[in-house]
Amino acid sequence: MTFDLHGFGPALAAGTLMTIKLALSALSLGLVLGLLGALAKTSAAKPLQWLGGLYSTLVRGVPELLWVLLIYFGTVNLMRSLGEAIGYPQLELSAFAAGTIALGLCFGAYATEVFRGAILAIPKGHREAGQALGLSRPRILWRIILPQMWRIALPGLGNLFMILMKDTALVSVIGLEEIMRRSQIAVTASKEPFTFYMVAAFIYLGLTVVAMTGMYFLERRAARGFIRSAA
Amino acid sequence: MNWDVIIKWLPKLADGALLTLELVAIAVVAGLILAIPMGIARSSRNWYVRAVPYAYIFFFRGTPLLVQLFLVYYGLAQFDAVRKGMLWPYLRNPFWCAVITMTLHTAAYIAEILRGAIQAIPRGEIEAARALGMSRSQALFFIILPRAARIGLPAYSNEVILMLKASALASTITLLELTGMARTIIARTYLPVEIFFAAGLFYLAISYGLVRAFKLLERWLRVDASQGR
Repeated sequence: MTFDLHGFGPALAAGTLMTIKLALSALSLGLVLGLLGALAKTSAAKPLQWLGGLYSTLVRGVPELLWVLLIYFGTVNLMRSLGEAIGYPQLELSAFAAGTIALGLCFGAYATEVFRGAILAIPKGHREAGQALGLSRPRILWRIILPQMWRIALPGLGNLFMILMKDTALVSVIGLEEIMRRSQIAVTASKEPFTFYMVAAFIYLGLTVVAMTGMYFLERRAARGFIRSAA
Repeated sequence: MNWDVIIKWLPKLADGALLTLELVAIAVVAGLILAIPMGIARSSRNWYVRAVPYAYIFFFRGTPLLVQLFLVYYGLAQFDAVRKGMLWPYLRNPFWCAVITMTLHTAAYIAEILRGAIQAIPRGEIEAARALGMSRSQALFFIILPRAARIGLPAYSNEVILMLKASALASTITLLELTGMARTIIARTYLPVEIFFAAGLFYLAISYGLVRAFKLLERWLRVDASQGR
């Protein structure tokens, strides 16, 4: 068996690019949602705690594929009525937007727990020191909590990003032309399913290795100032 | 929200949920059996013993389950040897393909859990077993594995719930489990929100039940009592 791609190489490369774009945009949305979720869960207000808990429990209990399908097919009527309200009735969610929202939602639910753990891991004295210096609450969050939180949260977030990258394959189900969808098209034309799905598998492996390397450098950068004292 | 439709299709969804449970149950049990030798080999001191499970785990954890499913269900048919082989009746059946793939997939993750658990056992306990005159295999069966089972149990329960959610992918190879059933019903009723909502409730209920069951199992195995050092 030879790895003859029957001229589908460029299509697969374009699919890889789409996968990377989807993963990064879902990551951005997920980080924001995760941060908001963690802040809600660690806040003093009971309703916010409840809301954060509801979000992370509900989203984590339902399969990612179901979220992808629900957001893509379930919002058609909603988007249409929204479109009619603003005078653009053919408004609909693209597969890319639906995939970003669904995967971002799932990433955010898991990231909520990671961020919450990181916030709780910061010694109480640091926050109190900020208050004693007369810093406002947003300032304490921005200058004291967040910069320290990254270092603690990074390994957990790295794991979640690897999971997210593999979950991008699910968006092929709603027709987004990423690696899997492009492979399916190539399979229909060439009748060589094993060859093309194996190529897809190796592209994902390659992406995972790249992400792992990136995480290694990010973690080293976040831990600068800690490496010396630990040794 | 159209509740009548949900109630009308509830029995069908329950059928799907049953198939989901069946898939997950076979996969996590068979995966555990497959993972035990791999986890032991993975925590070996010799690099050549570690290498084989490492490569296996790297492949199965580095690629999406969807790709693995398609490789088994669609991919294997590319080879004449497979199509003419004795296993073909199983390999062309979507149920067995899903079971095989999910088992191989989860075995990789469970093997890693097991490796972590084996390496987390305090060295003194293994040395104590050896000092009492136990052979290496006796120490493995009577000390290391029972201890690793308790350390790894919480992570294993997480993996079972992840597999419950991963089983939704079986719908892409035409299997009518919970998600597949929901999609079929939607194709007839055109009510995606209601039916997916009901399917989501089923998943939530199943994962809640699993969490409770593992809590009971942890108490029965007295996991927290054995955590004291």
